[in-house]
Amino acid sequence: MTMTQDDLTIADPKMTAKGVDVFYGQKQAINDVSIDVGTDLVTAFIGPSGCGKSTFLRSLNRMNDTVASARVTGTILLDGEDIYAPSMDVVQLRARVGMVFQKPNPFPKSIYDNVAYGPRIHGLAPGKADLDVIVERALVRAGLWDEVKDRLAESGTALSGGQQQRLCIARAIAVDPEVILMDEPCSALDPIATAKIEELIHELRGKYAIVIVTHNMQQAARVSQRTAFFHLGTLVEYGKTTDIFTNPKQERTKDYITGRYG
Amino acid sequence: MTGVSGQDNGDTVTFNAAALLLLIAGLALIGWLAGRARSLMLAGRAGAKLHSRPQYHGWYVALWLFAPAAIFLAVWSAVSPALVTNSVLASEAAQSLPAFGFERGAILSDARSVAQGAQSAVRIPAAAPLVQPYADATHFYAWIGIAAMLALALAGGLYAFTRIRPDFRARTRVEKIVMALLLVASLVAILTTFGIVLSLLFESIRFFRLVSPAELLFGTTWAPTSGAPQPDTFGGIPLFWGTVLIGAIIAMIVAIPIGMMTAVYLTQYAAPRVRRWVKPLLEILAGVPTVVYGYFAALTVAPALREFAAAIGIPNASTESALAAGIVMGVMIIPFVSSMADDSINAVPQAMRDGSLALGATPNETIRQVLIPAALPGVMGGILLAVSRAIGETMIVVMAAGLSANLTANPFASVTTVTAQIVKLLTGDQEFDSAKTLAAFALGLVLFIVTLLLNIVALRIVKKYREAYE
Repeated sequence: MTMTQDDLTIADPKMTAKGVDVFYGQKQAINDVSIDVGTDLVTAFIGPSGCGKSTFLRSLNRMNDTVASARVTGTILLDGEDIYAPSMDVVQLRARVGMVFQKPNPFPKSIYDNVAYGPRIHGLAPGKADLDVIVERALVRAGLWDEVKDRLAESGTALSGGQQQRLCIARAIAVDPEVILMDEPCSALDPIATAKIEELIHELRGKYAIVIVTHNMQQAARVSQRTAFFHLGTLVEYGKTTDIFTNPKQERTKDYITGRYG
Repeated sequence: MTGVSGQDNGDTVTFNAAALLLLIAGLALIGWLAGRARSLMLAGRAGAKLHSRPQYHGWYVALWLFAPAAIFLAVWSAVSPALVTNSVLASEAAQSLPAFGFERGAILSDARSVAQGAQSAVRIPAAAPLVQPYADATHFYAWIGIAAMLALALAGGLYAFTRIRPDFRARTRVEKIVMALLLVASLVAILTTFGIVLSLLFESIRFFRLVSPAELLFGTTWAPTSGAPQPDTFGGIPLFWGTVLIGAIIAMIVAIPIGMMTAVYLTQYAAPRVRRWVKPLLEILAGVPTVVYGYFAALTVAPALREFAAAIGIPNASTESALAAGIVMGVMIIPFVSSMADDSINAVPQAMRDGSLALGATPNETIRQVLIPAALPGVMGGILLAVSRAIGETMIVVMAAGLSANLTANPFASVTTVTAQIVKLLTGDQEFDSAKTLAAFALGLVLFIVTLLLNIVALRIVKKYREAYE
């Protein structure tokens, strides 16, 4: 695999993957992927369905552990620390590397309790007042505060789809992660809700390292600074988003972004 | 079941339902062959293509021949004994019979047995003049039945046979007939249930003519002694309390935590291989006959509990303790609770679990704070169903809980339940229309209504909850 990485060197990568393979049973889903994720950047993973981009994303916070047949080899570092090392506490890892899923999945609890869930289990708030502050700050950051501040006791599942997704983002922010992984966060939302999430991603950039998997190439172009193109389990091309979309170096990337397949 | 209404079998010498069924089955086979042959012949003659394959024409004739005759056979088997009895009662010889009651029934059934050849001579002299009318009537109605059945079979068969044409849509017709037969089959179960409820209701009404419903539902003394000197009292509260104590309190204290933990382990922690083994094993536990649990409760658990109670200084511990029956009943219910909880937890979307784990919650925190609250409505429904099963359970309490109707909260004391009392009231030599015997039906009705309500509520909860995630 020839990969162009000119002027891509990220001085202080938040996460680094080196030669990562992921298997489901006998089937290899990810083949020898190496990539750096920058601290202040939004990184987009694009590629056709089944190309392994979600699988790779889920290996960054070890969510693949919940799949019994999944096996990950290679090295993934978070701040230089191997997240698959036996000494790594998975629970702590997932608090540092948060995740937002494809379909909004608020818990069947109140809006407040949804956001307070993480801080409570991690003991981030000594008292009720501290918790209130954390919940409010997370909801403000997720751009949801004004819409829900008067009905925090209502069920999170009663919100609209777009609000639910922002609630899930608030929930992830509340535990103060360093990285936020987003697995096609807008694929179940309408265009207006999608626009709000994209706006939110812009605002969160710089505070968190964000990795977003998306089917939507325009979305990748709009929200990200780095884009990685996956195909058939391999990382075909990784570069600045503007380069990938205007001047792809690989034939396969060019075919994909010009709509020849995918 | 006094003699008049109790004659049930259509098994007379001349009206043998099984033989007749075979006969119309044989006719149906002939009809099948004939229908098939006719369709082929007609198609050959007209040179036309058959709409349906020949065997569908055969089936069409066979079903038309068989189904009406078979339905008539079933109805006639049920109705003809009553017709026979009625005609005997109308005869002159029957005018000297006692007006009602047990004796009259005995005479009638004696005469019937002789007339139908089940016994060689009458045992009660008064029955002798009735033998001949019985034999005549049996004969008469048997011939009517057979003739009508054959006429129906032939009429049905001919009707179908004459309709066969190459373009006749026998295939769709057969489909409709099959659907109608399936509908009839499902109605049988529903109508039977309905009949059972009605009979329970009628006997209960007879009871409530003797004893007021208020006494049964709110009275606190249960003493159906049936002795003339002191009047019987039918206060049901001690029984209802005993039922609740054993089935809804002690059994659930055992079954809910263990069942829930089993479900949590099996759904969240167990490796697929373990799950593959443990789930069927649990289901086997659910298939153990309750009488076996009864032995276990009476012979093993109860004595052990009495000794334990004596050792810790509880006086008056009974061998027939509520605790023994309740614990064993709880064990019996475990598979029930665990499989309902298993289903409910599995029905919580994987996304909930992932969402919690992705926030850095441990599996245990995820289960306690997300999965179980989300699964709770379904689990509650399952628990209500389990309670409804537990309070209807009979064998364990008959063997282990005792029969003395005490109103006590002491689990080491002996209490009794509704079902145990029903068994007690109906066993032994009983006059059928005494309040004591009829009380069993009234208790049965109360139990039926309570379990029915529990089931309705439980199923509604379960259904509503399923919809929420679909």
